Amino acid sequence: MKKVKGILATLFFTVISLIFVSPLFIVLMNSFKKKAFISLEPFNMPTSENFVGFDNFKEAITKYDFIKAVGWTLFITVGGVLLILLCCSMCAWYITRVETKITKAIYLLCVFSMVIPFQMVMFTLSGTADSLGLNTPWGLLIVYLGFGAGLAVFMFCGFVKSIPIEVEEAAMIDGCNPIRTYFNIVIPMMKPTIISVGILEAMWIWNDFLLPYLILDIKKYKTISIVIQYMKGSYGRVDMGAIMACLIMAVIPVIVFYLCCQKYIIKGVAAGAVKG
Amino acid sequence: MEKAIKKYWPIFVLPTMAAFAIGFVVPFLEGIYLSFCKFTTIKDAKFVGISNYIEVFKDETFPHSFGFTTLFAIVTLLLVNVLAFAVALALTQKIKGTNIFRTIFFMPNLIGGIVLGYIWQLIFDGIFSRFDTALKLNETLGFWGLVILICWQQIGYMMIVYIAGLQAIPDSLREAAMIDGANKVQRLVHVTIPNMMPSITICTFLTITNSFKLFDQNLSLTGGEPLHKTEMLALNIYQTFYGRVGAEGIGQAKAVIFFLTVVVIGMFQLKLTRSKEVQQ
Repeated sequence: MKKVKGILATLFFTVISLIFVSPLFIVLMNSFKKKAFISLEPFNMPTSENFVGFDNFKEAITKYDFIKAVGWTLFITVGGVLLILLCCSMCAWYITRVETKITKAIYLLCVFSMVIPFQMVMFTLSGTADSLGLNTPWGLLIVYLGFGAGLAVFMFCGFVKSIPIEVEEAAMIDGCNPIRTYFNIVIPMMKPTIISVGILEAMWIWNDFLLPYLILDIKKYKTISIVIQYMKGSYGRVDMGAIMACLIMAVIPVIVFYLCCQKYIIKGVAAGAVKG
Repeated sequence: MEKAIKKYWPIFVLPTMAAFAIGFVVPFLEGIYLSFCKFTTIKDAKFVGISNYIEVFKDETFPHSFGFTTLFAIVTLLLVNVLAFAVALALTQKIKGTNIFRTIFFMPNLIGGIVLGYIWQLIFDGIFSRFDTALKLNETLGFWGLVILICWQQIGYMMIVYIAGLQAIPDSLREAAMIDGANKVQRLVHVTIPNMMPSITICTFLTITNSFKLFDQNLSLTGGEPLHKTEMLALNIYQTFYGRVGAEGIGQAKAVIFFLTVVVIGMFQLKLTRSKEVQQ
């Protein structure tokens, strides 16, 4: 009886899982169809009449510069995450170890910033960034450090509070200055939190649309989300074939990355949520 | 030790704080000030008192999007959390393939909002075109379209948090209840759920704030159509800034109201569920 129940449960969840991934398969199927057939019959498999091979992908890459967008998105994500991890972990260690009114205020400000919706600072932030010349991918990294600092500092502080101070004190007595103590002693201990924060921030930056859209000089630099929104939002003929190809090319790297680092991602998410 | 570290602040704290000032503190304070001004860029601001706030309530789209967002937040709060909790309970039983199912359910969470919106637009319009309608023509369809999209995206995430919570409950508690003769339902209501309150606090907090802040999915799936009817708060504010001429002040006033709403709801919700948490 119990065995039958188990098999039924597995069967049930298999069906649900198939339904769950079906949207992605439908998009994949359509990315191989001729443009005109996509909106008409999205649920049919490509037939010999409307199958176009990789034409849609070629068009997306040549006409809409998709590869360049992937490159910039990758640059912003990797650069932003590394900058956030380095600067925020240092900041969090300092404000936890040195207790003054100012460091307490910084901590509270970081917590406060986490709940603020982006629309509150959207207009003024893009104005400030423009006047400081931060409208390039390099400048955007600084904006991401500023806007992502809240969550990162908060999570790192939570971890620093839980590690014993004695190890650091011993290192300092042995003659390490704070910088060496930090890099040789504290960072190795922080590794699990660094991975969690890195994953959360990477997920955010990779998928972000509005912040880069408002800050970057759109004529020169586009991210993946911006290219897709541009293709769909532009007036006139919407090129459904190229959009399907772009959607697939946007999703595939994420899924591959997810399947490779699944263990860390799920752990990171659970840890991040518990602390949030 | 504190003294030795203290003078190193330019290395440890300054970079983050400088960026934090540019990216958050200054724009935030400027934003509050500008909500009392008439302006088209930051530099030509003229103080006009509370007239922007009065304009906000004359703008019919804003109360509508406020109601739409609230209803959306309530519906997704219930659906996402109940489903995620149920799935988490099922997938912590001894069923074959739970790891694969967890992997699949979590996957949509990693896909960006813009991409998600266009994936679902294709599917919904494929279905609705058979009934001679479309997502962008009907407010009700748009609402439920957004609900389905958010469920698809967030159930996996909340499931992971709930599973972590379930695994943290010591088996001895459930065994003790079993020995005392509690049946399955009693064990769920009196043992599992009270011990899950920290996870429930987190997940309800996240679903509510996510729903209130929703932007990308709204922009890509319905774009607020028909006639601003499916516009949620974040998109409504965006359209006021960039879709209308000379309404920047009103947009900023809306943003302040929006931010206060999110803060108040977040705090209220945390207080409510925290009070139900039990000490172990």
